[in-house]
Amino acid sequence: MAGLRLEGLHKSFGAIEILKGVDLALADGEMLVIVGASGCGKSTLLRLVAGLETPTAGRILIDGRDVTGLDPSARDIAMVFQNYALYPHMSVFDNMAYGLKIRGLPRAAIRAKVDEASALLGLEALLERKPRQLSGGQRQRVAMGRAIVRDPKLFLFDEPLSNLDAKLRVQMRGEIRRLQRRLKVTSLYVTHDQVEAMTLGDRLLVMHQGVPVQLATPTEVFEYPADTYVAGFIGSPAMNLLPGVLGRNGTAVTVAGTEIALAPSRFAAPDGHAVILGIRPEHVVLDPSGMSWPVEIVELLGSEMLVHARRGGEASLTIKIVHGPAMSDVIRVSFPSEHVHLFDQATGLRLTPAGSGVPPS
Amino acid sequence: MTGRLIPHAVLVLAILLFALPIWIAVAGSTQDSAVIARGEISLIPRLSGLGVYRDVLLHGSAGAGPVWHALMVSAGMALAIAFGKIALSLPSAYAVTFFRFPFRMTAFWLIFLTLMLPVEVRLIPTFQVMSSLDLINSFTGLTIPLIASATATLLFRQTFLTLPDELVEAARMDGAGPLRFLRDIVIPVSGANIAALFVILFVYGWNQYLWPLLVATDPKYDTVVIGIVKMIGVDTATEWNKVMATAVLALIPPVAVVFLMQHWFVKGLTEGDK
Repeated sequence: MAGLRLEGLHKSFGAIEILKGVDLALADGEMLVIVGASGCGKSTLLRLVAGLETPTAGRILIDGRDVTGLDPSARDIAMVFQNYALYPHMSVFDNMAYGLKIRGLPRAAIRAKVDEASALLGLEALLERKPRQLSGGQRQRVAMGRAIVRDPKLFLFDEPLSNLDAKLRVQMRGEIRRLQRRLKVTSLYVTHDQVEAMTLGDRLLVMHQGVPVQLATPTEVFEYPADTYVAGFIGSPAMNLLPGVLGRNGTAVTVAGTEIALAPSRFAAPDGHAVILGIRPEHVVLDPSGMSWPVEIVELLGSEMLVHARRGGEASLTIKIVHGPAMSDVIRVSFPSEHVHLFDQATGLRLTPAGSGVPPS
Repeated sequence: MTGRLIPHAVLVLAILLFALPIWIAVAGSTQDSAVIARGEISLIPRLSGLGVYRDVLLHGSAGAGPVWHALMVSAGMALAIAFGKIALSLPSAYAVTFFRFPFRMTAFWLIFLTLMLPVEVRLIPTFQVMSSLDLINSFTGLTIPLIASATATLLFRQTFLTLPDELVEAARMDGAGPLRFLRDIVIPVSGANIAALFVILFVYGWNQYLWPLLVATDPKYDTVVIGIVKMIGVDTATEWNKVMATAVLALIPPVAVVFLMQHWFVKGLTEGDK
């Protein structure tokens, strides 16, 4: 059992509060992805767990042991950095062996562990090379090897793929996932890339301005975003968010002067309540009798196309359709009720007796 | 062709300009002192005059002792200054760069300030300090004041600043303490810079004149630079061939150091070598 618990974690730099209270529990072997825009505090959170920063308040427990005041090396954690942070003057072998050497392991044991890790990562032929003689993907593998040989209780990944090109990123993403599954090491993975987040995580923690907004499985986050921030952040192209007013006993929303009917009693809020209607671009359907939207731009993506439309100056809509008919100046669309999300306009929070997409606070 | 002719012409001219005085010294050292004194230096060395090198090395000349001894003093002083400066500035730059402590920047600026006060500027007070410490006419007195300086600290700090933060953090995660990090990561990574600095400092130490002249009056501590000056007599006839031979001998060690370390020297000054 190597779980991780964070209790009321706060971090301020001077007067600026970066983390405003994070509680989190990771099960043994779980991969949790922390995702958010830059500046949301996700990296700070990771650095607190690593011990590279000291929390202003709160506790960090690994395996039930309070490590809040411990030095990074005493926490039994390994970290993979964004720019790999390999020691430039050491060979691949020495890079992986360094942490073990410091721990005073006998040479034979070090050799065995490095050999095992390099076999796992396909680095056997590169052990004598220096980091500068390696490609980006190979360096990334060495960085992971350095983490693996330590046999840590916890892996920390700090945007490890952002320095790679798109193709390699997809490949390394798969490799990280396979490795983590195979080694069953509890992992915390920080990224700003929602595709990485969706594909890698057992669960996602979406952060916004130092606050965790939603903690759930990738599917739940996608299907039941907890608020407008998550709704707009996860999913590409982003969810359409249209301001409107609720009416007819909660069975209709008026958006840009047009009433949109909703399935009965899905949304519990008083009539006249200011709401935000959310619908993903791929869920909007073309409907000759639907609401009309003047088309602004059409983007061809190959098999699909994105139509950007705008109505009444402020309400803009993106629609993703599989190679549509010849585009006229105006398209008519409708929003299927089962795909409509409603959020409170004032708080941004999800309105609904929704599924399990409940924010973690 | 003309496109390449002019640059070459300029280069040849520059080489002549720099090499000619040295060649005159080499050629002059083999000729008769009286001939040189008359200003009739031939540019062709006289092979029979080569014995002068043996002569100055073993016996010196009228005003100064044997040159081999002076060369030893110079070498000792230059090496002590180069190694001393590196040994002193490496930890101080390390402290100023990687550690957070009260008055860190004050410390840094105080070190920086000494850059504006080289030994020549603070000659009298430094001499007083050395004199009250009873270090006049000693090897310690000769080298210590020249060791304390900011140049090396500044250079090392600049090098250390180029090391990415993540490298420091990776080492911390690996469990490397401050001294281990210095030994295993910082020093090997700055190897080229240390070598480059060594070359500069060696030449700096070798060329010292004013301070050795002041602090060491005992001929035992005469450096080769001082030796040359002492050979030039005021009222006695100067043996110019010996002066020139000594100058040539004095030139060899710094040139050798630069030559042997030029690969590292260029690398350390041009590359960040991260």
